Amino acid sequence: MGSTNSTLSRIPNVEELMQETGFTPAHIVRLYDRFEALDKEKTGHLRPQDFGAINRLAMNPIGDRIIGSFFSTGQETVDFHSFVRILAHFRPADKNRPKDPSMPQPVNSRTSKLKFAFQLYDQDKDGKISRAELLQVLRSMLEMQVTEEQLESIADRTIQEADLDKDDAISFEEFRKSLEKVNIDHKMSIRFLR
Amino acid sequence: MAALWHSTFFLVMVLLAISRPSLASQGTVNGTENLITTLPIVTWNWQEIKFPYLVALWILVSWLCKLVFQLNPSLTSVIPESGLLICIGWVLGGIIYWADKVQTFKLQPFIFFFYLLPQIVLDAGYSMPNKLFFSNFGSILVYAVIGTCWNAATLGLALWGCCLGGAIGDIDIGLLQLLLFGSLIAAVDPVAVIAVFEEVHVNEVLYILVFGESLLNDGVTVVLFNVFNAFVSLGGAQINAVEIIKGIISFFVVALGGSLVGVIFALLISLLTRCTKNIQIIEPGFIFILGYLSYLTAEMLSLSAILSCTFCGVCCQKYINANMDKRSVSTLRYVMKVFANGSETIIFVFLGITAIDPSIWVWNTAFILLTLLFIFVFRFIGVFFLTWILNQYRLVPLEFIDQLMMGYGGLRGAVAYGLVVLLDENKYKEKNLMISTTLLVVYFTVMLQGITMKPLVTWLKVKRAAVTERTLAEIIQNRTFDHILVAIEDISGQIGHNYMRDKWNNFEERWLYWLLMTPSARKSCDHIFNIFHKLNLKDAMSYVKEGERRGSLAFVRNETKADVDFNKKFSGNFSAMMPYIMAENMGSDHVPVSSILWDSVHSVCLDMHEKDLKMRESEDFNAHHLLEQHLYRGKKQHRHRYSREYLEVNKDKNEVQEIFQRTMRSRLESFKSAKMGVNPPKKISYHLKKDQPQKMPNGKSTDNRKSHAYGKEDLEFSEGDSASGCEAAGGSFPMRAHRGAGIVNPAFNAEMDPMPAMQQILPWLAEAEVDSSAVVPSQRAQLTLPCTPSNLHRLAPLHLTTHSFLLADSPATQDTSEPPPPPVV
Repeated sequence: MGSTNSTLSRIPNVEELMQETGFTPAHIVRLYDRFEALDKEKTGHLRPQDFGAINRLAMNPIGDRIIGSFFSTGQETVDFHSFVRILAHFRPADKNRPKDPSMPQPVNSRTSKLKFAFQLYDQDKDGKISRAELLQVLRSMLEMQVTEEQLESIADRTIQEADLDKDDAISFEEFRKSLEKVNIDHKMSIRFLR
Repeated sequence: MAALWHSTFFLVMVLLAISRPSLASQGTVNGTENLITTLPIVTWNWQEIKFPYLVALWILVSWLCKLVFQLNPSLTSVIPESGLLICIGWVLGGIIYWADKVQTFKLQPFIFFFYLLPQIVLDAGYSMPNKLFFSNFGSILVYAVIGTCWNAATLGLALWGCCLGGAIGDIDIGLLQLLLFGSLIAAVDPVAVIAVFEEVHVNEVLYILVFGESLLNDGVTVVLFNVFNAFVSLGGAQINAVEIIKGIISFFVVALGGSLVGVIFALLISLLTRCTKNIQIIEPGFIFILGYLSYLTAEMLSLSAILSCTFCGVCCQKYINANMDKRSVSTLRYVMKVFANGSETIIFVFLGITAIDPSIWVWNTAFILLTLLFIFVFRFIGVFFLTWILNQYRLVPLEFIDQLMMGYGGLRGAVAYGLVVLLDENKYKEKNLMISTTLLVVYFTVMLQGITMKPLVTWLKVKRAAVTERTLAEIIQNRTFDHILVAIEDISGQIGHNYMRDKWNNFEERWLYWLLMTPSARKSCDHIFNIFHKLNLKDAMSYVKEGERRGSLAFVRNETKADVDFNKKFSGNFSAMMPYIMAENMGSDHVPVSSILWDSVHSVCLDMHEKDLKMRESEDFNAHHLLEQHLYRGKKQHRHRYSREYLEVNKDKNEVQEIFQRTMRSRLESFKSAKMGVNPPKKISYHLKKDQPQKMPNGKSTDNRKSHAYGKEDLEFSEGDSASGCEAAGGSFPMRAHRGAGIVNPAFNAEMDPMPAMQQILPWLAEAEVDSSAVVPSQRAQLTLPCTPSNLHRLAPLHLTTHSFLLADSPATQDTSEPPPPPVV
């Protein structure tokens, strides 16, 4: 399609992007349109305000965290590449990918998805979800009626269930293990419309 | 085994008794007067009561059959019940035939279609897991419509080809008749599927696909049957394009019309249950009658009756379950199961009995074998092909093993038999051949495939239905995932499943709940809350049991933290807000536990811990249902917030509002702290205040200046905040994502060093015009604060519990969930 190609040509390094994320050109174009729609001031970068303009996100209890996850540490803006890379986590996993341990995991593999979820919790990036971090997330996801004691007992209990090395924090491995029965691929994928 | 023989013998005797008089009655004198010479003390009234007596006796006999083979449990684990029933049917049929020399009892199509099938379909619709059904609706439709058409066409054509090729021998059958035969044999049968799949617990997606297909393909079957029947009557010559087009149109009319009839009746039922609060005794009866009427109405209009009945059940279940009293709902559920199960039993027994009738048997080996072969082969081909197409569009593709099971699970049953018997002998010279073949196919699929289904499932390691209980981490994480997905969909502007479901839920909530549910039902429509309530009852039961074990209920558990404060409860201080009330000794008010629970309205959760171990279990236990009750549902799952007295209809607006306020507040905080260069608390430390046994939910505090939410007076925050918070939110939003409160933005590939969030004053944050504040309080501490000035007045009635948080007066009209208009995306 002519329009696809012309849009594609406007995006720098689009081949590399497609290769890395596995999106098709049609997807990329659609996402680019979305990116441009969000980028009101046409700077080519998205700032947190632009995300904030999405009404419905404000009604999401962890909306702000997710917005935050788009921005790499230290960066204030998101360019198209990073935008797409983050969204690529949510592509349904490719079933037929050969499991090659030497190659890096593709962006939408189960491990990568789990890592994404993990770092939503682990804000200080020490590789562990501490009790306080867990409490923060719980607090944001639970109604205000829940009292502090209840909150803490839930957090304690959760850590107890998942924490295998008894360091009162959940590492990535423990996190992964506690979710082994959950169908991550299903739960963390959305259908990207063509 | 002895019992087995005894009961069989008994049955045989009963049957002989039935058949003799029925034969004898034919020879009795008709119409002779009863000339009596003396007062008869007892008379033999067989003639008058013959019909109902036979019906009742047959029902009894069929159900007794079920009893017979239950005596031998090893048998039932190998052969599915339906198969065993057919076998017993053969035995019984044999006996009757031997007694009567003719098969007096057969499965009449009229009886089958009008008295035996409707309740099965109604039950299927009523107990359908709606969410699963509708999320797979597309796939189900594809299989039902395209799959059935494919099966019918290929079977008919293949048989015709064989017929032409001479493989079948000399039979007087044409292409159209074969197509008709194909269409009635092609349909997967709901009765058989239920019967077999119920015993084999496959995973729910597979189950719903096969089951949904079996229900929805009736639309196609009816159309194809009628169309081909009409074509056969018209004769081959008159079929032209017009007729074919009419046939296609009739499909849409029949299918959609049938569904529409079902939906209309569902609406009627829901409206009716809305008004029947005072006649709860016969409330359940209405459902049956109206459900049956939906079936009959569709039949009358020559639309698809099964579709009508199914959609009636599917659409009304939610509303009637909410509207009706709990006991009515239980009654309804159980009675439906009784009827459905009973009908199914009778159907299978009679399927067996009708076989023992030499007059219908025409044995054509080739025809039968070819039919069986083609059914199998084409079903598999169809399933694989369609699944391949569907997998391009499905989020979770169907695996090969599941597809295999789907193909194998295409069971034919009584519906096919019923249809074939309806055929007119004069037009269909080979009717008996078709009947025989149909019967054989039914037996083959039900018995053979039924028997081998379970071993096949285990052998192929099909994913079974998950029965394990989820851990806390899983519950929390699942909810997190839901939120994440909704957020990502919003960000990426995708309109996925969730968006549609969202729209539907909005619509439903605005219009349908208001229209179809009683006000009190709307309040208690909270599914989660019902679970919570059930768990509370369970708690109470164990409490009572423990008390009885100890001799009386007036025992004190000192070693635990238990205190039931019933006094507190009745004073209405905390109840609605506190999901936990500690259990104390009941000495003070010797009120029966259950009534307390009932009166206190669902807010009591008696913690029955005895020892530490048990306390842990209870903690976990309570944590589970605490989570289930209080986790935010997220935009796509609207639910009603639990409240004591009343609940406004659109409770989700409060949840949304809460989240929104919280988000805005936290953004404001981080923004302010960034501006001030204050290091926001990355980790919020919580001090457990053991000396404050009262758990006061933050919503309780009318004093919106104190953070006193959980008794954490150590957290301070400035008063300026709330005011400025209000303004900021009231105006446009200057700030967006916040860096504060410990939320750093990790890139996915985290090779960057985590920078302390505060070392940069984020440029955009510098724009906002808020005044300074001292310390950034914890997010949580802020939560009670209303954000916009307009919300302030709502705090006033915010006492305690009689109203949960909100809107005493101004509710949905004030649409605070719409934030002050930022540029809309």
